[in-house]
Amino acid sequence: MDNTITQLVYLISAWLFVSGIKQLSSPATARSGNARASMAMLLAIVVTLLSNEILDWTTVVAAVVAGAVIGGALARYIQMTAMPQLVAVFNGFGGGASAAVAAAEFVRAGGAGPSLGVGVGVTIVLSTLIGAVTFSGSLIAFGKLQGVVTGKPVTFPLQKTFNALLFLLVLVAGASLAHVGVAGGVAPLFGMGGLEISGPFFLALVVGALILGVLLVIPIGGADMPVVVSLLNSYSGIAAATTGFVLNNYILIIAGSLVGAAGLILTQLMCKAMNRSLGNVAFGAFGTEGQTAKAKTGQRPVRDADAEQVAMVLAYAGSVAVVPGYGLAVAQAQHELKKVCDLLEERGVTVRFGVHPVAGRMPGHMNVLLAEADVSYDKLLDLDDINAEFDTTDVVLIVGANDVVNPAARDPDSVIAGMPILDVDKARTVIVMKRSLSPGFAGIDNDLFYMDRTLMFFGDAREQMSELVREVREA
Amino acid sequence: MGELLILLYIFVLATLAGREVISKVPPTLHTPLMSGANAISGIAIIGALVVTGSADELWVKALGTAGIVMATINVVGGFMVTDRMLQMFRKR
Repeated sequence: MDNTITQLVYLISAWLFVSGIKQLSSPATARSGNARASMAMLLAIVVTLLSNEILDWTTVVAAVVAGAVIGGALARYIQMTAMPQLVAVFNGFGGGASAAVAAAEFVRAGGAGPSLGVGVGVTIVLSTLIGAVTFSGSLIAFGKLQGVVTGKPVTFPLQKTFNALLFLLVLVAGASLAHVGVAGGVAPLFGMGGLEISGPFFLALVVGALILGVLLVIPIGGADMPVVVSLLNSYSGIAAATTGFVLNNYILIIAGSLVGAAGLILTQLMCKAMNRSLGNVAFGAFGTEGQTAKAKTGQRPVRDADAEQVAMVLAYAGSVAVVPGYGLAVAQAQHELKKVCDLLEERGVTVRFGVHPVAGRMPGHMNVLLAEADVSYDKLLDLDDINAEFDTTDVVLIVGANDVVNPAARDPDSVIAGMPILDVDKARTVIVMKRSLSPGFAGIDNDLFYMDRTLMFFGDAREQMSELVREVREA
Repeated sequence: MGELLILLYIFVLATLAGREVISKVPPTLHTPLMSGANAISGIAIIGALVVTGSADELWVKALGTAGIVMATINVVGGFMVTDRMLQMFRKR
């Protein structure tokens, strides 16, 4: 096919990508936005296959079918509570694909001799580096979210120094490959001796980048995962964009940078929602040394309540605000929670949901769970909106959330000082549904639990919620 | 203007366009946005197809094929799971 036509089709595809993402900004149009973006992808794929000479159709088709079957099955059968893991895996594959393409280009260029320019050299190196970091980093993130790798921050002495040295090593290997030469000392390897000489350097680059990806994610704890998943999402986009530089392909650059921008915005939002800098999330290893020792749980008296009492309080309230946290996802209690809310609404109680931006393990995690349980999205209020309402709310029901409702955030000496929280303590009555008094991810005690107006409703969220369904029905 | 510069222009402008368009997404849709964007990052499939299609060396073909498989998982899985999520977001 004519190259001009190909480029024009890519332009249509780019337009569809941008307008598709734009449609994602409203729940009413989001689904067609996603469909539009997938059309854009299909268009780009078809025109690419038609305009390039495909020597081996069997391999190409077999690879596409294999990928489509695996991806489709994962998407079809995954549980909504496991969504963060799935996003992490898909992310990793996106990064891995970019790295594989760059590596293939490198192998091809290695055989071609000195014809390779500096620009292409640099972009091959960058694309491989970012893609490989995304790949291994995402797999570790998957492991942490799935519980295969410990959710606690993994740290070792001189970790930052080691990471910095490794990064430097990777850069040196990359720079040598990219024909730049380090301080004039290293010979421009590309093209000089072909693959025999540059091969080991390339291998060092790949291995170094893979290790770097692992090391960048293991020190980050479970509750910081929304930041990591967003950041890796951004990386996968940037990796695709750099691959576009390697291949001189506009649509790769456009689509890749759109994703890069999306990931970066989400990363910034998540950091803001925790009042922490990206550097602090990446290297802070929050909730480790010393901080846990400060928690002195169980020392003070709490007001313990059973399902019957809680049901009474809820059933005779005028307005209830539900605050879901990661505990809701772990217990898979979203459907039972919805039943309780339905019963309350039948009685004339106003029910709304207050969702903290970093509740759960990825941005918007709670919203997806509640949507799965059939909660109307206009009842899901974000931080600012629900905070304006707590003054006039009769009962707040907190399900498996802790740090995001901890009033200690208002204390300048606290480790979570300045973190935007849900001001649940302003409500008339607070019910906390939780397994135990154990501290949350930040490792600090929560004064909310010991307030006179707080009722602690201990136990597994799902069992307690079923219990509550029965009691509210009888109330 | 050199080819690399043109590519850089496209990169910067597309990033700015992305920023503009995405900064208005409400928190409710953050997860679908992320998984939808994720699927789009599978655009690397274009590169994988080009590389694999024209490959005459074993290693190039092997890497390209791995690229196609990974990118297709990303693209097909990503768009499908986003759609599955979005059909649950309903107003009643």
